[in-house]
Amino acid sequence: MLPIYFRRRLINQVNLTISALAMLTGLFALGWILWTLLDYGFHGLSLSLFTQNTPPPGSSGGLLNAIVGSLLMTIIGTLIGTPIGIMAGTYLAEFGQRGWLAPTTRFINDILLSAPSIIIGLFVYEVYVATTRHFSGWAGAFALALLVIPVVVRTTEDTLALIPDTLREAAAALGAPRWKIVTLITWRAAKAGMMTGILLAVARISGETAPLLFTALNNQFWSNNMNGPMSNLPVVIFQMAMSPYDDWHHLAWAGALLITGTVLILSIIARFLFKKEQASF
Amino acid sequence: METTAKISLHNLDFFYGKTHALKDINLDIPAHQVTAFIGPSGCGKSTLLRTFNRMYDLYPGQRAVGQILLDGKDILDKATDLNKLRARIGMVFQKPTPFPMSIYNNIAFGIKLYESPARSEMDDRVEWALKKAALWDEVKNKLGESGYSLSGGQQQRLCIARGIAVKPEVLLLDEPASSLDPISTARIEELIHELKTDYTIIIVTHSMQQAARVSDYTAYMYLGEMMEFGKTDVIFTNPNKKETEDYITGKFG
Repeated sequence: MLPIYFRRRLINQVNLTISALAMLTGLFALGWILWTLLDYGFHGLSLSLFTQNTPPPGSSGGLLNAIVGSLLMTIIGTLIGTPIGIMAGTYLAEFGQRGWLAPTTRFINDILLSAPSIIIGLFVYEVYVATTRHFSGWAGAFALALLVIPVVVRTTEDTLALIPDTLREAAAALGAPRWKIVTLITWRAAKAGMMTGILLAVARISGETAPLLFTALNNQFWSNNMNGPMSNLPVVIFQMAMSPYDDWHHLAWAGALLITGTVLILSIIARFLFKKEQASF
Repeated sequence: METTAKISLHNLDFFYGKTHALKDINLDIPAHQVTAFIGPSGCGKSTLLRTFNRMYDLYPGQRAVGQILLDGKDILDKATDLNKLRARIGMVFQKPTPFPMSIYNNIAFGIKLYESPARSEMDDRVEWALKKAALWDEVKNKLGESGYSLSGGQQQRLCIARGIAVKPEVLLLDEPASSLDPISTARIEELIHELKTDYTIIIVTHSMQQAARVSDYTAYMYLGEMMEFGKTDVIFTNPNKKETEDYITGKFG
C-alpha cells in the first residue's frame, strides 16, 4: 500500500475514534440524567399525584393544582404566541424580499430566540405584574407566549423557505392573488414543518421555570383564576426540590418525570407528523 | 403572415437589475399556432416567455420596457390586472409542480379563482380538463389521491390540465418535457398538437427536434437578441442567417 493511503486511513481512524468518544460522552450524560429521573421519579408516582393538591410542608399530597396551572398557562401562551409567530414568519419568508423591515425583524427575532428566559420573566414582571400589582396566571401565559413567538417565527420562516419558488410561480401563473398563494398553497405544503415548530415551542415552554417565577409565582391551593397567582409544575419542582422534606422531594421528582414524559411524547408526535406528511406529499 | 397576431412585441427590452437580458425584441406571435423559441442556454428564451404573463413581477429588480400587445392591448401597462392577465395566459413549467392537494383539487383550484360552479358542474369541468390533457383514463378512479402520487409525466399532464381548466387563450410551455422520459415526452407533444386548435401555444425548448416536430413557427434567439423568426420548415431547411444555420445544424451551441 502506498504510504499516503496508509496515512489517510490512520487519520480517518483517529478522527472516527474521537467523534465516537465525543458522542458516547454526550449520550452517557443524557443516559445518566434520564436514569436518575426515572429511578427517583417512579418512586414518587402515584394516583394521588393527579387527585390531590400540593401539600403543606412535611406532609404528602399531589400535584393536581400545578398540573392544571401548567396546562392552562401553556395552552394560553401557545394560543397567543402561535398566530403572531406564524404571521411574522410568513411575512419574513413570503413578503420580506424588499426593504429593511424584514432583515431587522429577523435579527431581533434571533436575539429573542437566544435571550435567557429569565429576562423575559423580568420584562413581564416590570410591564405587567408591577403595574397590576399582583402575580397572575395571565402574566405567566404572556411570558410563555413571548417565548413561543421567536421559535414559531423561526421554524415557520425556515419551512416556508424550503418550499420551491416554482410552486408559488405555478399558483401565480393561474392568476391566484398573493394571499391565496400563501394560505392555500405554501402553508399547506409547509404544514408538517410548521406543526413541528409549534410542538417544539410547546415543548420548550412546558419546562420553563424562570419566566413563571416572576409572573405566575405559585399557589399552594387549587386555582383556575387567571387573575391570581397560579401554581405550575416548574416552580413547584423548584421549591419542593429546595425544601428539606422527603415527601416534597418525591413530589418534585415525580413532577420532573411528568414534564419530561410530556415533552418526549410531544417530540414523538412531531416526528411522526413530519414523517407521515413527507410520505404523502 | 396569413394568420393574425395574438401577441405582438414592440421594442421589448428586459433587465435583471443592471443586466440587459433581452435586447429590442420585435415579434408577432400568430394565433392558434405553435411557436417555438430555440437558442443556447442563457439566450433569453425563458425570460421572454416569462414576460408574456409578467411572471417576473414576483421578483424585485426585474423589469421590462417596451410594448407587449395581447390582442392589441399593452400588458406592460401599469393598469393591467395581473390576475386577469394570468387567467388569459396559462403557463406550464419545466419541472412538474402539482399543488399539495388531491388530483381533483389541483384542477379545481384554478377554476375556483374565477367561478363558483356547483359540485356537478365542477366535476364535469375537472373531467373535461383531464380529458383534454389525456390524463383522465389514468386518474379517473383516484381523483382523491395526492397529486404527488402520480409519475413525472402524469404530473406534467396534470399541470397542463390545470392550466387548461381556467380556459386561457394562450398557453406558455417552458421546456415542458425536459425532465420527462421519451414516452411521456411523446405524449406531451401529441397533446400540444391537439391543443393548438383551441389555444395559441408558445413553447421554449432545448431540443431542436422537438421544435421541428411540434411547432409551426420558430424563433431563434442568441444573447438576448431575436436572430430569426419564421415558419418552422423554412427556419429548419433554409434559414436566412448563417448563425441560425450553424445552431440548427449543430456547428454551434
